[in-house]
Amino acid sequence: MINVILITFLMTLFYVAIANRLLTYVKVLAFQGVLLFAVVFIQLSEINTINLILILMETIFFKSIAVPLFLAYILKRNKITREAEPYLPHFMSLIIVTMICVISILLVNNVKDNELDKIFFVVALSALFTGLYFIISRRKIITHVMGYLIIENGVFVLSLALGSEMTMLVNIGIMLDIFVSVLVLGIFTNRIGDTFEAMSVENLSNLKD
Amino acid sequence: MFGYYLIITLLLAIGTFFNRNATIRILLLLLFLAAQTTISVFGYVHLNSEELGGNFKYESLSVLFLIVLTILSFTTVFHSYRYLQNRKDSSRNKSVFFTALIIMIGAMTSVYLSATIGIMWVLIEATTLSVAVLIYHERTHLSLEATWKYVFICSIGITFAFVGIVFLSKALQEANSVNLSFSDIPGHLQNINTFWLKLAFIFMLVGFSTKMGLFPMHTIEVDANTVAPPPISAFISTALLNVGFMAIFRTYSLMAHTSILPWMNHILLWSGILSVFISAVYILRVSHLKRMFAYSSLEHMGLVAIGLASGGIGYFASILHMVLHSFIKASVFYQIDQVYRVFNTFIVNKTGGYFQKNLTGAMVMLLIFISITAIPPSGMFVSEFLIFRSLFESHRIAVFIFILLLLTMIMWAVGKNIFSMLFLPQAEPDGRIVKINPWESSTQFALLAAAFYLGLNPPQAFVQLINDAILVLPK
Repeated sequence: MINVILITFLMTLFYVAIANRLLTYVKVLAFQGVLLFAVVFIQLSEINTINLILILMETIFFKSIAVPLFLAYILKRNKITREAEPYLPHFMSLIIVTMICVISILLVNNVKDNELDKIFFVVALSALFTGLYFIISRRKIITHVMGYLIIENGVFVLSLALGSEMTMLVNIGIMLDIFVSVLVLGIFTNRIGDTFEAMSVENLSNLKD
Repeated sequence: MFGYYLIITLLLAIGTFFNRNATIRILLLLLFLAAQTTISVFGYVHLNSEELGGNFKYESLSVLFLIVLTILSFTTVFHSYRYLQNRKDSSRNKSVFFTALIIMIGAMTSVYLSATIGIMWVLIEATTLSVAVLIYHERTHLSLEATWKYVFICSIGITFAFVGIVFLSKALQEANSVNLSFSDIPGHLQNINTFWLKLAFIFMLVGFSTKMGLFPMHTIEVDANTVAPPPISAFISTALLNVGFMAIFRTYSLMAHTSILPWMNHILLWSGILSVFISAVYILRVSHLKRMFAYSSLEHMGLVAIGLASGGIGYFASILHMVLHSFIKASVFYQIDQVYRVFNTFIVNKTGGYFQKNLTGAMVMLLIFISITAIPPSGMFVSEFLIFRSLFESHRIAVFIFILLLLTMIMWAVGKNIFSMLFLPQAEPDGRIVKINPWESSTQFALLAAAFYLGLNPPQAFVQLINDAILVLPK
């Protein structure tokens, strides 16, 4: 079951690679939040209430509801055109994301560790690098924030893969940090939208030597 | 005690945010400085004691950087006050500025004192968010661009550091440990899969280099320094670099007793060499005063990384270099505020004749040139000399010669720009006459004198603190 969910997660990355409208990106991000919740819920060996509430907050409330709504609000407020405007054609994007997946699979196969859950690792690394690729290859500033969120999702899967045990305090801190940084990034996106006519990264190239 | 400090800081920040009265604002700031002084004195007296259930600890390195931060917060608050007065900012802007400043100082204090890696990570992100408000203070297109880049790249860098922490905890899991405190980790890292450790180190180095302004992620530090208000630049390139150094030093010392030590040294050495190289390439062509000193910070961080990588006396020298660099770089940016008020520009070619326009400031500039390029009476000469000695002792002669050549180029570029500002007549005299109160330079003289004194004749207590800090590293 977990494998099915993780592979669905991987497929969403391909879907984003060829998606044309920004609203599709937002919807995919929301869907990824639901998938992550499902993975955690199945993997959880013992359910205690506080843990469950924390995970619910982190995945469903934060990743699937709050952030997508906020992103949709930014899109609407700044009257951002609906297309993602990548530098490369969709077909190339699809090939590059596929290459990232293949490389992750090859890389993970080289790890000599029997306890490692390899499929988690492949999905996490793919999401990490796909997120970076989206940041590099899209022209709009808002898509940079979306790329950052995909990276965050990748890191989330990674921390599940390695089953790291963080204390409650750190967990809450991480959640707050990501939430606030998305909020701050959103506020500055709004400012950039007010200051410049088009929200394109070309406006942000004045600081150089 | 630390709990009280956090609560007081938070209350004072909230108070500053809602207060619009100038007198009360000064009172709140003085109260905060008193709290900051109390915590650093308390930390020095209670060295190596734990706070808040072992999550925070007064270690030697933490207390050393905390004292530096406390000294710099006095001067920074003073110069920020002057800076805001001269800009005639609205009362609301002043409140936002000082609130962010208080939160930033509180966050940096907490990073220094944190004793587990997870809490340190969370607090480092908090410093990013609070400094973003300060960088954006002037509300221009350029500051918007720099702030956006700073927040965005720092967030990605911090995410990378988190990936590193996850790998580290994976390695610890193999050793059946879930405790992520700095004192507990090294004991569990013997005989485990070095693959995870290497991954952890590389991710954490890249991630935390956003804060230290070291090679892979140095660009945002330079951009932020260009547009931030000068008193804030003084913080970004001193106390905030110390935060990054602290994180990298902790990471390094955690894994220093495992078999990957030579490999780590190699990575750090290359990171340092490339930092100095890039700094030399860019510093030769910049004409923006603040960018020039930002690249000079990059150079010094490169030297610190090289010192750390060389080992031996290099450990001592790199921490000494960080402290001295903090004092000198802070006075540089306080002085640049005066330069800007006199010439209304940061571009070196449009300035000139600074000696006639502002005698005291020009003398500070001259002392800064001697200090920052590490010409002998400067304290940094001692630390750089020790770094080079450690390079020599670790038999890296080629690196040694290469770095010396680069430093000569940097010295020439810095000298050319500073001397043209001091002595050449202004190309297009604008007839502006701005009187600067000589007493405003007194903080810079004091900081430079401290740097001279600490380098040439370090007090016993100071040496003891550094020596205690490097006890965690292999001999």
